[in-house]
Amino acid sequence: MLELLGWVPLFPFLGFLILVLASERFSEPLAAWIGIGSVGVSALFVSLIGFEFLNGTMQPFKLVLGSWIEMDDISVPFGFYLDALTMTMLFVVTGVGFLIHVYSAGFMASDPSYARFFAYMNLFVSAMLVLVLADNLALLYLGWEGVGLGSYLLIGFWYKDPNNGYAARKAFVMTRIGDTALALGLFLLFTQLHTFDIQSLMLGAENQWPPGTLLPMVSAALLLGGAVGKSAQLPLQTWLPDAMAGPTPVSALIHAATMVTAGVYLIARTHSLFMLAPTVQFVVAVIGALTLLIAGCSALVQTDIKRVLAYSTISQIGYMFLALGAGAWSAAIFHLLTHAFFKALLFLAAGAVIFCFHQEHNIIKMGGLRKAMPLTFWSFMIGGAALSALPFTSGFYSKHEILMAVFEVSPVLWAAGCLGALITGIYSFRLVFVVFFGVQSEVVEKSPGWCMSAPLFLLGILALSGGMLQVPLGTVFPVLTSPDRDFTFNLVSAITVAAPLLGLLIAVLFYLTGAFSAQRLANYSWAKPLRLFFLGGWGMDALYDKLFVHPFKTITRLNKNDAVDGLYLAIAWLSQKLHLLVSASQTGRVRWYASSLVLGTVAIIAIGLLS
Amino acid sequence: MEFGLLLSAVLFVLGLIGVMVRRNLIMILMSLEVMLNATGLAFIVAGSRWGQADGQIMFLLILTLAAAEVGVGLGLVLQIFHRFHTLDADSVNEMQG
Repeated sequence: MLELLGWVPLFPFLGFLILVLASERFSEPLAAWIGIGSVGVSALFVSLIGFEFLNGTMQPFKLVLGSWIEMDDISVPFGFYLDALTMTMLFVVTGVGFLIHVYSAGFMASDPSYARFFAYMNLFVSAMLVLVLADNLALLYLGWEGVGLGSYLLIGFWYKDPNNGYAARKAFVMTRIGDTALALGLFLLFTQLHTFDIQSLMLGAENQWPPGTLLPMVSAALLLGGAVGKSAQLPLQTWLPDAMAGPTPVSALIHAATMVTAGVYLIARTHSLFMLAPTVQFVVAVIGALTLLIAGCSALVQTDIKRVLAYSTISQIGYMFLALGAGAWSAAIFHLLTHAFFKALLFLAAGAVIFCFHQEHNIIKMGGLRKAMPLTFWSFMIGGAALSALPFTSGFYSKHEILMAVFEVSPVLWAAGCLGALITGIYSFRLVFVVFFGVQSEVVEKSPGWCMSAPLFLLGILALSGGMLQVPLGTVFPVLTSPDRDFTFNLVSAITVAAPLLGLLIAVLFYLTGAFSAQRLANYSWAKPLRLFFLGGWGMDALYDKLFVHPFKTITRLNKNDAVDGLYLAIAWLSQKLHLLVSASQTGRVRWYASSLVLGTVAIIAIGLLS
Repeated sequence: MEFGLLLSAVLFVLGLIGVMVRRNLIMILMSLEVMLNATGLAFIVAGSRWGQADGQIMFLLILTLAAAEVGVGLGLVLQIFHRFHTLDADSVNEMQG
């Protein structure tokens, strides 16, 4: 049964090929059946494989389908590697991916480019599956770039608006910076250890490189660069909020559930390397902590429903990085899993709100939707509760595990994480209260069909109960030593639980009961610039504009007449002048010609005689 | 023998100078004839020195060449005079680069 693994990424790819080749000739239902069916079959295969794998010994399974690059001393096979980590990722990608595909069938209905949408979605899922299945870094890089391409195509899906194209280009360029680092890291690992195979690489690194030396540090830092770009962490996080230009199911699939977690997966996959470089691993934790605070603050003041969720995604991936940095590998992957459930749920619910609300994104204009859209309301409630890690939701278990592990490493980072949890509680419920409570502002005209409601329902159940899932990651990662549960530990644990509850309380006071008014707070003189600062994502875009875009534009303006062109223009100029010189000797006078003939002959004879 | 070659060399240089300095097309043609005959003289002198007929054969060849050359050359001169109403070689300089 495990041999079916090869078919898992192939089905979505076939779906992509069929839909692309047929372009817009298929009717909407047919395109939807192909698009959803291919991912559905993949998901079915994954469950079959998972059933056998989880009931078996859970030994890593390798499947080599063929050879991709075969050269002198380079050998890159189309090899897939299955262990508990891959299995978890497969469940997330195909399971959540399938639900989002089903949802898209309803959400994208009557879009003129229906088939194109499903083609891109299939391409994306296929690339993501290659990424998580790859047994060597070269194949992983193929999936990595494929995912980037899919993301670009889908962000700019409504390409008629130039702003969407701009957002797509921004995402592509920003992640490209990380990809370059990843490629360099790949080359470094290959030149040092002479293989691309991940398991042999990790083994070789452990055997040959002493911990904390330069080589593992540099290669780990380069891999981290790639992860930071793809996972939208500091300092490359600016693309994700703009990536919300794509259709909402895309945001759910790519920018919440799967693609942005690729960086987390990469670091978890190469965790042996990061353990050899403790400094870099600590940097991972610091990046995570900083990102989760920065993104959390930005999420507090956003008014676009999708941008709130985008910043919350950055913040939650910050938690995963924090866990990775603290060495809590399985906690990070566990949070990845639960985050995929509740963030997909939140995005799909937000999509339902947008769908039924005339494509309106501004939450200030919404209100009182609780009665009109009960299912969406409850989805949002569950999603918000899980996002802010209220007790007994899925997010609670994973985030608690992370924060407890982080406390063992650094209480400062733990405090940052708790503050982040508090902020998460505030902005999650701010969103819920502003959109679903208060005065009903407008009458909802459409209601979501069954193919939008069913995924919401299923994801709601998963987001609630996902914490019960036992992820058998002990076979992949080194097991953490269980901490001794003394009094301080219990206190820390209590604070960790209380932080999001306090956030919820603040949100209730501000946005539900009106005991405090956010409006009044915003009118203080110190609050206005702070609000704008948060709204613009801590001025990162402006900073990059100043640091990179403007100097680049200045240089291009200065070098408008390309300096390199100058050389070739000079050659052209010289040959023109020489031509004029020679043509000046063409006088048309017979006697001149005769004289030059004589002169030439005399010269030649003279040379002949004298030499 | 040396005198013969010297005479032919002097004649050749005279003809050459004539070609280079004279402006009248007829005179240029005549100077050319002088150069040809100087060459012919050199061949004859050399032939008689070595006692071989080759020199005289070459002279016959040069005579034929000279006849042909004069034919073409005079034809061109006629045409030029017909068109430009002058025999000045320097004024016929329309083909310049």
